[in-house]
Amino acid sequence: MARKFNLTLCDGTSCIQKESKKIKELIEKEIEARGLSGKVTFNLSGCLGMCSKGPILIVNPGYTVYGNLKPEDVKKIFDEHIILKKPVAELTIQTDHLYNRFFRVFGDVNFFGRQMRIALRNCGVIDPENIDDYLSVRGYEALAKVLTDMKSEEVVAEVRKSGLRGRGGAGFPTGIKWELTARQKNDIKYVICNADEGDPGAFMDRSMIEGDPHSVLEGIIIGGYAIGATKGIIYIRAEYPLAIKRIEKAIEQAYQEGFLGKNILGSGFSFDVEIRLGAGAFVCGEETALMHSIEGSRGMPRPRPPYPSVEGLFGKPTCINNVETWSNIPVIILDGADWFSSIGVGKSKGTKVFALAGNIKNTGLVEVPMGTTLRQIIYDIGGGIPGNKKFKAVQTGGPSGGCLPEEFLDTPIDYESLQKAGSIMGSGGMIVIDENSCMVNIAKYFLEFTQNESCGKCTPCREGTKRMLEILTRITEGKGQEGDIEKLERLGTMITKASLCGLGQNAPNPVLSTIKNFRAEYEEHIRDKKCRARVCTYMMNYTINEKCTGCGACRRACPVNAISGSPKNRHEIDQSLCIKCGQCYKICKFSAIDRT
Amino acid sequence: MAKIKVFINDKPYEVEDNQTIMQAADTVGFKIPRLCYHPRLSIEGACRVCIVEVYGQKNYVASCSFPVADGMKIYTETKELRRARRDIVELILDNHPQDCHTCERDSNCELQRLAYSMGIKKRHFEGERKKYQKDVSSTSVVRDPNKCILCGRCVRICSELQKVSALGHAHRGFKTVVMPAYDLPFTETVCTACGQCINVCPTAAFVEKNYTQDVFEKLDDKSLLKAVQIAPSVRAAIGEAFGLPPGTNMEKQLAAAMRKLGFDYVFDTQFGADLTIMEEASEFLERLQGKGKLPMITSCSAAWMKCMEQFHPDLIDNISTCKSPMSMMGALLKTYFPAKLKREPKEVFSVAVMCCTAKKYESARPELVVDGLRGVDTVITTREAAWMIKSVGIDLVNIKGEEFDAPLGLSSGAGAIFGTTGGVMEAAIRTAYELYTGETLVNIEVDGIRGMKGIKEGKLMMDGKEIRVAVAHGLGNAADLLDIARKEPDRFHFIEIMGCPGGCIGGGGQPYSGINSIPLDEACLAKRAQALYDLDRNKTIRRSHENPDIQRVYKDFLGRPLSPMAHKLLHTHYAKKEPRGIISRNIKAR
Repeated sequence: MARKFNLTLCDGTSCIQKESKKIKELIEKEIEARGLSGKVTFNLSGCLGMCSKGPILIVNPGYTVYGNLKPEDVKKIFDEHIILKKPVAELTIQTDHLYNRFFRVFGDVNFFGRQMRIALRNCGVIDPENIDDYLSVRGYEALAKVLTDMKSEEVVAEVRKSGLRGRGGAGFPTGIKWELTARQKNDIKYVICNADEGDPGAFMDRSMIEGDPHSVLEGIIIGGYAIGATKGIIYIRAEYPLAIKRIEKAIEQAYQEGFLGKNILGSGFSFDVEIRLGAGAFVCGEETALMHSIEGSRGMPRPRPPYPSVEGLFGKPTCINNVETWSNIPVIILDGADWFSSIGVGKSKGTKVFALAGNIKNTGLVEVPMGTTLRQIIYDIGGGIPGNKKFKAVQTGGPSGGCLPEEFLDTPIDYESLQKAGSIMGSGGMIVIDENSCMVNIAKYFLEFTQNESCGKCTPCREGTKRMLEILTRITEGKGQEGDIEKLERLGTMITKASLCGLGQNAPNPVLSTIKNFRAEYEEHIRDKKCRARVCTYMMNYTINEKCTGCGACRRACPVNAISGSPKNRHEIDQSLCIKCGQCYKICKFSAIDRT
Repeated sequence: MAKIKVFINDKPYEVEDNQTIMQAADTVGFKIPRLCYHPRLSIEGACRVCIVEVYGQKNYVASCSFPVADGMKIYTETKELRRARRDIVELILDNHPQDCHTCERDSNCELQRLAYSMGIKKRHFEGERKKYQKDVSSTSVVRDPNKCILCGRCVRICSELQKVSALGHAHRGFKTVVMPAYDLPFTETVCTACGQCINVCPTAAFVEKNYTQDVFEKLDDKSLLKAVQIAPSVRAAIGEAFGLPPGTNMEKQLAAAMRKLGFDYVFDTQFGADLTIMEEASEFLERLQGKGKLPMITSCSAAWMKCMEQFHPDLIDNISTCKSPMSMMGALLKTYFPAKLKREPKEVFSVAVMCCTAKKYESARPELVVDGLRGVDTVITTREAAWMIKSVGIDLVNIKGEEFDAPLGLSSGAGAIFGTTGGVMEAAIRTAYELYTGETLVNIEVDGIRGMKGIKEGKLMMDGKEIRVAVAHGLGNAADLLDIARKEPDRFHFIEIMGCPGGCIGGGGQPYSGINSIPLDEACLAKRAQALYDLDRNKTIRRSHENPDIQRVYKDFLGRPLSPMAHKLLHTHYAKKEPRGIISRNIKAR
């Protein structure tokens, strides 16, 4: 017997009244009789609170909870669970759902307690490189259930019923996507796991694969069965070495245990999975570009239709889903579509993982039910903004998302509400911006990213975002002109409506949403040449006040020799030479430089 | 096909199902503006000029790719759409050099026409403009990325129709550029110099290497003996550059114009074609009798030669050793011709007017040098010839026609049809049949190998022996045909391959398409081909071996076909080439 077990028996009053003393003696006897001391540890616990179901025995690892125990059950538990490692199903009182396991471990921490972790259920709980650990949390049970008890149409129907929508950004109903692919008649079909996470600051997919690769893999295999595919491909960024190592190991283990390969679990269903590495182009997260990349071509999107479900990878029907989507699948199968769809609001079911970043206390990954408000995430889970700064905006959906000001803080997070508010769900980036940030500069930053990552294929995205970026740059440099805002709006609207793929269609979002919500800041930049957050250094005016000691530090730091003065005398800045780089301001130790 | 009802700008129309909005709109009289679209290439959806509004769709859709559906409400012209489309074209212009009046494509530029039709008068978004080095390394094709608008037509024709894949997109965002692998100079890449990128380029990002100044200079040199030869398909197309309809035969006008330009002798490449047939048919019969490999594959297309040496070196022994008609002519122009005039070979300046850009490359091949001299000194394309004629003010349309000069100007009908796909095969059959059977082939028009189908097969009986032949045009079709021939080595005896779609008539040096046509339009190619077939039909001599001047050149100079003299002057050899960037030919058209 390789595995160590720990048995915990409830020693509360209620259980004692129900023969738990007798059970305790029997357990001790069994351990001794079977020579298990050292391999099985046994302890008593205080009241677990489930008095109506006592006596309660908890077997770890796996957190199997036995209830309503009778003395005669002890032998059976040892025979089957301890020796054969098979939990005695009829004695367990497990009624809760998979995700609850997480909270047994971490639920008392405030940061976690307000979350609901389904996709991240095993992250931090199990050893991601050990398939036994995954099996102990009912791993691959969903696959077994699907292969033995369910027809492929039933799997598709279950996923459809769950209301799960694509977590990669667009939120297309997963069940419908599966159905469309399943309907195609073709000997070869593919499923693809899109792990080409490219949003700056986002790491949902990476963490999921690093923390729980088997859940993702199990989801992919189930998807393959459901749509009739024989091959799955995981497209993952080469910049994620640990995730790649973990998913490789998971695939290897799955082959060894017979969850992958020919005739999986004796069901007659055969399925293979391979990994393809992406070279880090942002646009390769777009599904058609991703498929071109797998095919060995340059990662550039193509017009749809035809959709991948009809004509995808190598021209074959292909079902492509994001990591988080796949990771939700085993839960839906085991805990049921009804349970899953009971979480969330409106047309957005289940939970969503977000990468919290920016000016916020608790940066990190959070998973919350759909319908949670932005305020709850930012203040209750994220802990608010550090340094008692004022909240200014939150940017959701990565570089393609919009910036929402304070009045949108009570927006519930779901696909429709975010869209209505002028942003997008995206893949789950969430950046909090405080009053010290300049919104024009923020918009410029994001647009710079999308312009650099544009594949260069379609005119609006390639040329249009470049011109928008030029206009934004001149605004932040104090060279904005009347009419620039209108030009940005005109270009932005056109790019949104005319671009080929999602990257272009959403690229203007940060600009359009900041113009809509922070128009005054743009106007100040253009008309008054003023940046209220004092971020756009080119608009600052620098003068030297009477605190100057004449130390000469600023004179030496100035790259254009605009500062003059003799030692120990107050220096002066020649405004006609000053390029407003701010070096003097940074270096002065005497607060002698005024920045206005 | 099923009919469905759609609404275009609120008016109902009945259109065929299973087509795109653009195709449907075309049939009912709406020619939606377009740029990257080309009917013979895959759908790129890149330029976004052809966007339309479809009721129920959040964004505009590209009409080139979006399929029609029953009851669909399409708007091709709304105020917002017009402005968006106009802005898109303006954005392209903003990143394009504004040197129209000095540009090669001035008045022949698709972007220029589009900009005019969009009504772009005022500019809103000007900013940084791209700046790249021109690549002038190739003998044939000049690449100017500054003029490239990234429509991707060149990339697609090179990989889809030609399966050469010499070009691809590189870099991202504003820095995106079309270039060969590793940004190598063109001359070091797999480029076969076919020039189809020039044909489909809407601007002047690809143009031929221009040698007209060179020719003008030499024409002024009194000490030289200036001889020009004109390829068959030049006469069938050059009229288009002067506003004449495609397929107008300008043979006699061209001869007159060339003399007016200052050439002392005007010869016909069709004579060289007749010579090629004599050699090639004889070579074929030798191979048929066991001396050499079958199937024999033709060797007259210059782009095909480079393509073969790079991608199909396993077939070198199957390739006819015959030089192309142009190079056979060249060899005679530096030997037979000066000898007849009692002049020195090096006094001859030999120019070829070709429908082809690859011939510029071919003329410089060291394998073709005879006694230290290049057979053809300079090759100019149909377009260059047209420009020269225009620039000195010759009225080609109304000029009085003249005949070609003797002794290299008289040709048979077989020589004429060399310019179109299937023509070489047909011409070769006419002569081979007679050489083999001793009888004259009566029904000399071989229908099976005519027409614009990519791969054509035919057969005929020669003395009870079945001869199976195949024809492919376009290097992509050629690759497909050769794959068949590799799998079934006995399936064909004789294969004709032309590098360009339609054969030479669709060459990379032909006139740009006019206002109402598109490059490589099949109807236009068919009309050019018809001009050559008509030329053939109107000739009394339609078989190469019956050409009296051909007979004379053998009698006086070469001896007989495949003689040692013929081998020295009219045959060549090939060697495997491995430029960097050789990749799989089997790029799937998408």
